[in-house]
Amino acid sequence: MPERQQVNRSKKRVDARAKVTGKAKFGADLKFHNMLYGKVVRSSYPHARIKEINTDKAAAYPGVEVVMTAEDIPNNLFGVIIENQRVLAEKRVLYIGDGVAMLAANSRESAREAAKLIELEYEELPGVYGVEEARRPEAPVVMPGEENNQVIHHPLRKGDVEQGMAQADVVLERKYTTQFVEHAYLEPEAVTVVPEERNTLVTVYGSVQNPNATRDALATVLDCDLSRVRIIQDNMGGSFGGKDENISSMACRAALMALNTGRPVQLVNTREESIIESYKRHPYTMKYRMGARENGELVAMEIEAAADSGAYACQTPFVTWRSVVQATGPYEVPHVKTDTYGFYTNSPYTGAMRGYGSPPVIFAQESMMDELARELGMTPEEIRRKNMFSNNSRTASNQKLDNHEVSLAEVMDKALEAIDYQEKYRRYSQPQPGDIKRGIGFAISYRGVSLGAEAIDAAGAIVSVQKDGSIIVYSGLAENGQGLKTIFSQIAAEELGVSLDRITHMETDTSISPESGSTVASRSTLMGGSAVKNAAENIKTVIKEFVAEEYDYRGEILYRDDALFTIEGSKIVDFPELAASAFHSGVFLSSYGWYKAPGISWDEETGQGRPYFTYVYGCQAAEVEVDTGTGEVRVLNMAAAHDVGKAINPANVRGQIYGGTVMALGHALMEDLGFFQGYISHTNFDEYLIPTVKDAPDNIDAIIVENPDPAGPYGAKSIGEPAMELGGAAINNALAQATGRRLRDLPLNLERVLLGRNLSREG
Amino acid sequence: MSKVKVAFTLNDQEVSLLVQPEERLLDTIRDRLNLTGTKEGCGVGECGACTVMLDGQAVNSCLVLTAQVYGREVRTVEGLGGEEELDKLQQAFIDHQAVQCGFCTPGMLMSARALLDDTGSPTREEIKTALDGNLCRCTGYKQIVEAVEAAAEAEEVD
Ligand code: FES
Ligand code: FES
Repeated sequence: MPERQQVNRSKKRVDARAKVTGKAKFGADLKFHNMLYGKVVRSSYPHARIKEINTDKAAAYPGVEVVMTAEDIPNNLFGVIIENQRVLAEKRVLYIGDGVAMLAANSRESAREAAKLIELEYEELPGVYGVEEARRPEAPVVMPGEENNQVIHHPLRKGDVEQGMAQADVVLERKYTTQFVEHAYLEPEAVTVVPEERNTLVTVYGSVQNPNATRDALATVLDCDLSRVRIIQDNMGGSFGGKDENISSMACRAALMALNTGRPVQLVNTREESIIESYKRHPYTMKYRMGARENGELVAMEIEAAADSGAYACQTPFVTWRSVVQATGPYEVPHVKTDTYGFYTNSPYTGAMRGYGSPPVIFAQESMMDELARELGMTPEEIRRKNMFSNNSRTASNQKLDNHEVSLAEVMDKALEAIDYQEKYRRYSQPQPGDIKRGIGFAISYRGVSLGAEAIDAAGAIVSVQKDGSIIVYSGLAENGQGLKTIFSQIAAEELGVSLDRITHMETDTSISPESGSTVASRSTLMGGSAVKNAAENIKTVIKEFVAEEYDYRGEILYRDDALFTIEGSKIVDFPELAASAFHSGVFLSSYGWYKAPGISWDEETGQGRPYFTYVYGCQAAEVEVDTGTGEVRVLNMAAAHDVGKAINPANVRGQIYGGTVMALGHALMEDLGFFQGYISHTNFDEYLIPTVKDAPDNIDAIIVENPDPAGPYGAKSIGEPAMELGGAAINNALAQATGRRLRDLPLNLERVLLGRNLSREG
Repeated sequence: MSKVKVAFTLNDQEVSLLVQPEERLLDTIRDRLNLTGTKEGCGVGECGACTVMLDGQAVNSCLVLTAQVYGREVRTVEGLGGEEELDKLQQAFIDHQAVQCGFCTPGMLMSARALLDDTGSPTREEIKTALDGNLCRCTGYKQIVEAVEAAAEAEEVD
């Protein structure tokens, strides 16, 4: 096969130049003629009845053009899975970030001042906090119209767990918990809605992660056809799963005010507003029971995982579903019983965040594998090698892994070698004098690629060759900062044999781009990339016919160096010339491309089936240093080996790995909302601490492992989420080796490291 | 409140305008002078997205009042590099894949520029200290630090 010119190469990002020069526009950078500035007034309590709202003074404030409350919104409900999120709270506020009123004014200052004049009277109600409280039969019901607080329950049954436990020589039972985590994208949410622009009812510009989901919400709330709503994405200042439902909510609010006034309305959150209102990563409470034989062989696992859904269902049903599939880890276990739940509480609602339902269960299960090894007198490496998947293994849902390379041994070998694991493990197992102690640990995972049985899985793209040979690409999946435009441009360029600068990748525009589901689940490269490839292939079919007629060549055509060549290597025509002559002959060189994922199956009752069509494998190792005098933990080194199928852009893959590991480090060691009884006290970066350059490990070894997968373009699979799901467990295992004490609750902050528990009220 | 007149140099151009005494430099730059490369990520001096150079020093423009910059020299990302040619740092950020979402990028570049102007060939530790006030949620910082090192080296050669 001729060498690939555009893919499997570290091409520079197509959007980098605009971003380093400050020319790239983000949501808050837009201005429209006659634009108004919106402001939302949020609840003062996590749970309360709204007794009265008086907006008179606010409405009379100079510059104010509109004030609205739930009463002014006939269709107040929206939601992707279950429609129970409100544009503005009605009668009751369900969490501290619930909006109760909104207004728009001629200036930001007027909007801010007028918002202070909205008078609200509440009757505070007892709230429900934490899943243990929420699931009590006598707990108050959070969601109006529901009978109890359960959002979802996913069972999985394989074999007979009690019979399995009876065969075990050792049975270990442990409880693990994880915390709320803020996405902390650097760009606070921003949208602008322009009413009645170019034939649509509303056009929305802004930091919209999932344009089609936001369009759905707007069409529901505005009670109009999808075709009347147009969403055009701007550059996204990070998202990580976090600019979905909250952006839909903002877009609905701005749209209602824009239609009311006939003027564009912009809503931009401050950081405090963003942290108070936006959804978080689900905190999990997990009970694990593991049974193993003396030789380390796992025989049974019983798991109960309960996720805090907060005030709305949001994506809880799907997030918890991913937990089910990954809860037992990449291990063969004959007897499994898993129950995963989501519960409503009066806490901030929780939704998608990079990793989705996997980081909490991996934290628990990979910590526990080390505990089990210790109990059995084995090393962490031995117990994993004994039980982990290889080709043709069967998962907990009884899926046979037979259509791709199961590369756990390879990723593990490479990561452990890179960090010099064996030597360090041996050294740090010896007594370490003094306060400063070191440890090393690792974790492994398998992860289903794309949506799986969550939803229909298909994606589309448009590739359009212009008469001068330049090419426009539209994709239904969206650039969130991860590099999607670069990857898709590389694929189009590779297929058509042109240089990358011929390609212009447009912003996602719901009135043009084919609806492709959401940019989630690390599915873009595989799904969207395949759609771009398909579109280019369609164009090549047309070109082949045209070349036969016009240039009298019927053999296979090679596309490279901005030209077409015969199979023998003689040039047929330059690409721009081909484009021009096709145009002048009335030949259409544009195409939609479509890719539908291979079939999957799932039985909701038993949790058995083929939940994903393929998987990726990863291993991350961490070396830490702990000051046992202060409790301070420093991550010295990390090694991360990920099988990505095939890297379309290796530098981008490494960027995802570096970013993912550092995000996991933050999650593990420092991120904490100061959450208590429904209130958030850490509302900005002075208190909600995310890793700085100095917190990041001195060295991160990003190791790309490639076993091309038949399902992906050029064999490519995914990396965005796999890169962040392992770090927490790896760091915890390293910490346990260093201190000799096992922690089971995130974050592993100073107090817990020092005392083994938290001093704050939350415990 | 009565407005005050402020004159200063912005990206080598003289500007003069009337501002509210409490107006932040960040808002003046973004809203009134329409240079939106400088970003707001926190508004409290913790994220560095709003970093500009003030008389050659990196400062958080969300914490500076416009009235304070009277007679001083302000440089934003738009004033980095020339018409045709990019600043070495900008080019290095592109070459080293140091840009993902790009929201932190302008601030990172300004902090790094102030460092390189001050310290010809900084150590890795000095680079980390200079960038410690600039948060990035996407990159894990590694490719950013590598880009700054590469730019410093390239400048030394010149
Ligand atoms: S916006 Fe100024 S430091 Fe964050
Ligand atoms: S590149 Fe996104 S915050 Fe730095």
